[in-house]
Amino acid sequence: MARINVNPTRMELSRLKARLKTAMRGHKLLKDKTDELIRRFTAIIKENKRLRDEVEEDMSRVLTQFSAAKSLMSEEDIELAFSMPAVSLEVECASQSIMNVAVPRLILSEKGSEKAYPYAFAAVTSEADYSVRMMGKTVYKLVKLAETEKTAQMLADEIEKGKRRVNALENIMIPSLEETIKYISMKLEENDRSSRTRLMKVKSMLEEGAR
Amino acid sequence: MQGKMAVIGDGDSVLVFSSVGIDSFPVKDGKDAEARLISLAKRYKIIFITEALARENDEIIKRYLAKPYPIIIPLPSGSGESGYGESLIKSAMEKALGIDILYNKNKDGEDKTD
Repeated sequence: MARINVNPTRMELSRLKARLKTAMRGHKLLKDKTDELIRRFTAIIKENKRLRDEVEEDMSRVLTQFSAAKSLMSEEDIELAFSMPAVSLEVECASQSIMNVAVPRLILSEKGSEKAYPYAFAAVTSEADYSVRMMGKTVYKLVKLAETEKTAQMLADEIEKGKRRVNALENIMIPSLEETIKYISMKLEENDRSSRTRLMKVKSMLEEGAR
Repeated sequence: MQGKMAVIGDGDSVLVFSSVGIDSFPVKDGKDAEARLISLAKRYKIIFITEALARENDEIIKRYLAKPYPIIIPLPSGSGESGYGESLIKSAMEKALGIDILYNKNKDGEDKTD
């Protein structure tokens, strides 16, 4: 592991020791955070899979009904019937925080009664009614799906970042700090020893001269 | 913050979304959808797009993945699912966990760790 290029002084040593301590603490915290994120992510991704399967099933049913309705009516009629919404849905787009990751939170609110259809019954076929009714139910799941899917994507991103940081700390930062600390303390000890022997030598030379 | 929902799809299949108050934007092809998607991304919070069109505009969708809004979600269209939505989730899962824990049965069934 590469040693950091610093002067082997006591000051540098204490500075590096402080850095190592911070790095270790940061490493532990980040690792814990990533672990927790992964735990949440697995739960969310399972939920997402379940929702997606449900929505896919619902959508195919809605679209089958709708295409049946479409085949029985003229194009203008169908456009007229469907282009005015029966209910107006509003999505409250807030954000919540999962382990300090801001993820979207969607709250669907409905204005207008559920029973209302956007057209007169005489004008359209029953298939259209079914498809509208089913669509009204599916839209809640769709919004939920949007929320979980986005959350999953964002968590995945965050987990990847966290993992990269943990790895960088664990495999590069901490080893190189440790090595540098070792190098400096060895160098200091070596200086210590060399000055001591020098003193001893000088002393013995002085004694020799006195005799 | 109030948001609006939009759907982009090929032809008539998106019309049914208007009945519940989601603005629908029928487009002709992938190119058309691309322009539409970029302009809608600024105004709408949630954009649903049919899978076939989503696949063609993969790059643009990937661009918005890391941001909280807009949320772009691939939907199965009338022609049957094409697995693009699953592939997005799968790649997120592989990015985060390193392995695929949900859809691996679709592959040969054996894990590919070496």
